[in-house]
Amino acid sequence: MTDSKYFTTTKKGEIFELKAELNSDKKEKKKEAVKKVIASMTVGKDVSALFPDVVNCMQTDNLELKKLVYLYLMNYAKSQPDMAIMAVNTFVKDCEDPNPLIRALAVRTMGCIRVDKITEYLCEPLRKCLKDEDPYVRKTAAVCVAKLHDINAQLVEDQGFLDTLKDLISDSNPMVVANAVAALSEIAESHPNSNLLDLNPQTINKLLTALNECTEWGQIFILDCLANYTPRDDRESQSICERVTPRLSHANSAVVLSAVKVLMKFMEMLPKDLDYYGTLLKKLAPPLVTLLSAEPELQYVALRNINLIVQRRPEILKHEMKVFFVKYNDPIYVKLEKLDIMIRLASQANIAQVLAELKEYATEVDVDFVRKAVRAIGRCAIKVEQSAERCVSTLLDLIQTKVNYVVQEAIVVIKDIFRKYPNKYESVIATLCENLDSLDEPEARAAMIWIVGEYAERIDNADELLESFLEGFHDESTQVQLQLLTAIVKLFLKKPTETQELVQQVLSLATQDSDNPDLRDRGYIYWRLLSTDPVAAKEVVLAEKPLISEETDLIEPTLLEELICHIGTLASVYHKPPSAFVEGSRGVQHKRLAGSSGSGESVESPDTGSAAGVSEAPPAVIPSQGDLLGDLLNLDLTPTTTGPPPPASTGMQMGAMDLLGGGLDSLMGDESEPPPIPLRTDTPQSPQLPHQSPSPPDYSPTELGGDLGGSPAMGAPFGAPPATMPASFNAPVSGGLDDLFDLAGGVGMPMGAYNPPKTLWLPAMKAKGLEISGTFVRRAGVIQMEMTLNNKAMSVMSDFAIQFNRNSFGLAPAGPLQILTPLSPNQSIEAALPLSTVGPVMKMEPLNNLQVAVKNNIDVFYFSCQYPISMLFVEDGKMERQVFLATWKDIPNDNESQFQIKDCHLNSDAASNKLQGSNIFTIAKRTVEGQDMLYQSMKLTNGIWVLAELRVQMGNPNYTISLKCRAPEVSQCVFQNYEMVLKN
Amino acid sequence: MIHSLFLINASGDIFLEKHWKSVVSRSVCDYFFEAQERATEPENVPPVIPTPHHYLISVLRHRIYFVAVIQSEVPPLFVIEFLHRVVDTFQDYFGVCTEAAIKDNVVVVYELLEEMLDNGFPLATESNILKELIKPPTILRTMVNTITGSTNVGEQLPTGQLSVVPWRRTGVKYTNNEAYFDVVEEIDAIIDKSGSTITAEIQGVIDACVKLTGMPDLTLSFMNPRLLDDVSFHPCVRFKRWEAERILSFIPPDGNFRLLSYHVSSQNLVAIPVYVKHNITFREGSSQGRFDLTLGPKQTMGKSVESVLVSSQLPRGVLNANLNPSQGTYTFDPVTKMLSWEVGKINPQKLPSLKGTMSLQAGASKPDENPTINIQLKIQQMAISGLKVNRLDMYGEKYKPFKGIKYMTKAGKFQVRT
Repeated sequence: MTDSKYFTTTKKGEIFELKAELNSDKKEKKKEAVKKVIASMTVGKDVSALFPDVVNCMQTDNLELKKLVYLYLMNYAKSQPDMAIMAVNTFVKDCEDPNPLIRALAVRTMGCIRVDKITEYLCEPLRKCLKDEDPYVRKTAAVCVAKLHDINAQLVEDQGFLDTLKDLISDSNPMVVANAVAALSEIAESHPNSNLLDLNPQTINKLLTALNECTEWGQIFILDCLANYTPRDDRESQSICERVTPRLSHANSAVVLSAVKVLMKFMEMLPKDLDYYGTLLKKLAPPLVTLLSAEPELQYVALRNINLIVQRRPEILKHEMKVFFVKYNDPIYVKLEKLDIMIRLASQANIAQVLAELKEYATEVDVDFVRKAVRAIGRCAIKVEQSAERCVSTLLDLIQTKVNYVVQEAIVVIKDIFRKYPNKYESVIATLCENLDSLDEPEARAAMIWIVGEYAERIDNADELLESFLEGFHDESTQVQLQLLTAIVKLFLKKPTETQELVQQVLSLATQDSDNPDLRDRGYIYWRLLSTDPVAAKEVVLAEKPLISEETDLIEPTLLEELICHIGTLASVYHKPPSAFVEGSRGVQHKRLAGSSGSGESVESPDTGSAAGVSEAPPAVIPSQGDLLGDLLNLDLTPTTTGPPPPASTGMQMGAMDLLGGGLDSLMGDESEPPPIPLRTDTPQSPQLPHQSPSPPDYSPTELGGDLGGSPAMGAPFGAPPATMPASFNAPVSGGLDDLFDLAGGVGMPMGAYNPPKTLWLPAMKAKGLEISGTFVRRAGVIQMEMTLNNKAMSVMSDFAIQFNRNSFGLAPAGPLQILTPLSPNQSIEAALPLSTVGPVMKMEPLNNLQVAVKNNIDVFYFSCQYPISMLFVEDGKMERQVFLATWKDIPNDNESQFQIKDCHLNSDAASNKLQGSNIFTIAKRTVEGQDMLYQSMKLTNGIWVLAELRVQMGNPNYTISLKCRAPEVSQCVFQNYEMVLKN
Repeated sequence: MIHSLFLINASGDIFLEKHWKSVVSRSVCDYFFEAQERATEPENVPPVIPTPHHYLISVLRHRIYFVAVIQSEVPPLFVIEFLHRVVDTFQDYFGVCTEAAIKDNVVVVYELLEEMLDNGFPLATESNILKELIKPPTILRTMVNTITGSTNVGEQLPTGQLSVVPWRRTGVKYTNNEAYFDVVEEIDAIIDKSGSTITAEIQGVIDACVKLTGMPDLTLSFMNPRLLDDVSFHPCVRFKRWEAERILSFIPPDGNFRLLSYHVSSQNLVAIPVYVKHNITFREGSSQGRFDLTLGPKQTMGKSVESVLVSSQLPRGVLNANLNPSQGTYTFDPVTKMLSWEVGKINPQKLPSLKGTMSLQAGASKPDENPTINIQLKIQQMAISGLKVNRLDMYGEKYKPFKGIKYMTKAGKFQVRT
């Protein structure tokens, strides 16, 4: 007799029958009926109609029946809140039962009923249970506080439960301590700044005592909590480490990893010459190795963390290379992680073994894995110089196998080896050229073309080879096209006589027949360069390139430090800071390793190094996006500029430059003027990390640095005439400034942002029945696209997705379109799509035009819409007064545009208020002869500042507005936005 | 903490869901199904999958995916360990952990899950405590319950939950007092083409079955404790005593439990019990391949090697294999290309061999990959690391228990490359 019988009743009157059985007098029948109800519930059948009948069964002394009813209640109370109140009395009574099991069960269940009305009744019983004489009840009650907090945080605070919970940390029972810590940690996550877990040496001592006696799960909570503590000195650090070390021998891997986290963190505090430090290092290796003998899922998490640990302290596992050797039946996700760690641990001592293994892997079945293995051989060559020769010969062996993807991958890595050891292994080029025809992947083709171009003088038929690629130029991917362009230019500079025709051909292909702006721009640059000064061209294009470094994929040190503090968490699995991705952990404070000095400042500017010019460029790093552009700018400035180099962060917003008045040229023109202070604010303060920056995928980092740098053709329109102050500023400074800046009183509470009403974007006729109307709003700094999707077709629509074309400000969906339920005919649904501004950039006409593609199960539809530019005005767009003055002066008059806003009947204060809602900030107000002048500033998401002077004449409905901006293109949009905001 | 749990069977149906906080819609599993579709093999589904609002952490056991849904930062290992505990508990209760068994016992399953987590926090995961709270279903008990109307839910507060030895309940009574310990070692090794060892390590465990009355306090000592430098203990083991004297001192749980697991690392010399002579070749241009495999004992300390099973994934181009085993039987699955040969016991006088030809599919070229040979075996009465128990003593109780220790060596992931 099994429970499966409960699943078999699928008759029509089932609910009715159950109802009868539930109300039966016979205990046995009742229980069976409840079991049937539960079984139906578990498979998702709706049995909520039986609520009153099931609740009636609650008042029983049969423990099993009680538990079953509790299960039911937890599931359905939410949908039947009024009915759930009926159960309250029983709960309150059960909380006073002499049996602690029942007391605990009652308080536990009450917390799970997520109904507001019930929570009020819960407070008194909970308070009693928190002070219960039985630790089992106290421990259950501690968790209940967390539950209650989840439902109604304010209530928990008002009732003082948090303090009671803090007291429980000093409880005599270790289980109660552990649960209190767990509950507090969970609550603290939603209160990042509260001092809930106030750790001091006394509490630490209590936690360490409880650590030895509580369950494995409790140990995890306590260890994770300990990891947040910062010891006062190295002695305290050592004593904590000593007491935590035994946890490394725990059978539960989560306990082990949490202990590793605490030790890795506190170890930073210990002096390295201490004996104990060495002992500790030795103790860390075996548990980490043991984690690798567990189930694959555990291995995966362990490997991701070990990856961090070997980057921070390679000495711990340097002798354990063999445990990372791949077994052929490891799941692919384990294989790839092991491979990565093998390369990190590779050294001169073990390289022979590693290479033999990698070669073995390169003959496996799994294509992804084989590719990664081949790539790993290349990384070894770059990392361990002594092994380079052996690596190259291994790669050549692999090329001989003629397995297509192996060959391609090998060629890609050999290119990197050339870049690390130039003029050393060129003898293999002949072998590579033999395989030219078999290359069909862009990356491999690009690599091969690079090699041919770079060593053109040693390849007799280089021109033929490159010419053969040129035939299908337009079918190649951008990556290959760019490489081909550069390679042919190199070839031309090396063998000018024979290849003139070839280079002309490629330049015209790139500049005239291509609509890819990157390709075109690069083509033009080469063209101008070659036609104006071939000697300079040679110097630029054939310049010596920086060597690439061994580890291109090391985690950036500050991030690594933070991740070490989060070993064992999701952050460590994804190698991203915790704030970056988990929804619940909003506002998590960045944790830093203590004791490690020197790296503390670099957190705001991870790319400070890139500000250094080419002369002092990091000698052996593949430049990241930021570096490259930093270098690029600097190079151009060196001959002309006298001021400090521009902040490298400018480079991060490559896309924005096009907007900054005619692209690169004018940008550089601006920058090369002796930069006054405000210019600094003009360059975007880039809060994003480098990897989030919109990286134009087409720029091959290997090329830009060498090829573009030093171009004298650029930066032509230098030195715009000094701008004059706007007339009004010429007023006597003394009195003028006073009332100019005395506007605080005038500005009342800012009004909310004006959000335009939804307009029809995509008519149903054009989109097979899908109608989309929408608008853009900016709320709390987040840009959202709010849409109403209306299904006017006869069939159900599903699988919605959305994509944007490149646009002027890099707007891109920050997440997928959240329409989870299919849209039935004649149904409409509201969808809000958060947008980011880090997408690819392309100038649109008009500037605020956005081309959107929406897909559903039927087809893909395109439409374009215009967003109000105020969406892009950031909240910190209020300029300092002085800066405003200087900037205004500094922007050339040519960039000023004047507009009229007609029929506006607001007074200046109201206008100012209204505009502030849209993040247009009034910096100063001045009144001259009955005319109010508002000086306003706003800043776009890509860092462009727009300054405005708004003149309002009493009794005249026509306003005059002057806009000044370094990127005058935006002025039109901004004006339209003023008009829209002021008139609505 | 852990928000919800979904159980998904091999055909992709969600057959059970449990929510410890608010209800998370089943549709969250779509992200899992997506990842499952991408993975070539069922076991290649990544264990951590991000979705816009949740994270899915899954384990695959007994062809069932246990998918936990979490919403905030939770240590993934914590979740995975817990899921393993759920699987172990099901197996413990129902004998097997299959979809059928879970469906047959769905009410018990729910009661168990409810006891194991509270609001996502682990509550009772010790088998001893759970069994006091919810009695495992047995045919006899179900019948008795049906007749007398009693239940399988314990009426008493589980005593273990509060004591300092939560793993043991009080008042245990046996007429025959016995304590058995099994030392089981598994060798993981990779042997290269030429027969030399690339890496070899030993994963060992000591599993115990202790049925002793009262509160016995046991100590277990080893002849060569030095071997155990990397150990994980059951919480009952007193760590300080081990650190100081290298003696295992503990109050055992009642019944079956894993006392410790250990790892003899690759830096020690590990004895390899068998050798394999192999010759698997394909000739260019020919549709035939040769297959020749011979097994022999190597370092077995005089013990015989039993239950040998050889398996190998042959290249995709292989159509069929026509082989002749000197002993045992072999099978070749033409769909999965899996060759397996049940050898049985290795007789050192007459070494087992498997010889013959493989035919390639028409038109298939010479395969690029070299098949790897997987070996399973058992050696009774020996722990290959050489670990030996010295003595077992009992304190705290008056009676004389019956004690027994058994050794066994198995092959874990034992792979020979060709």
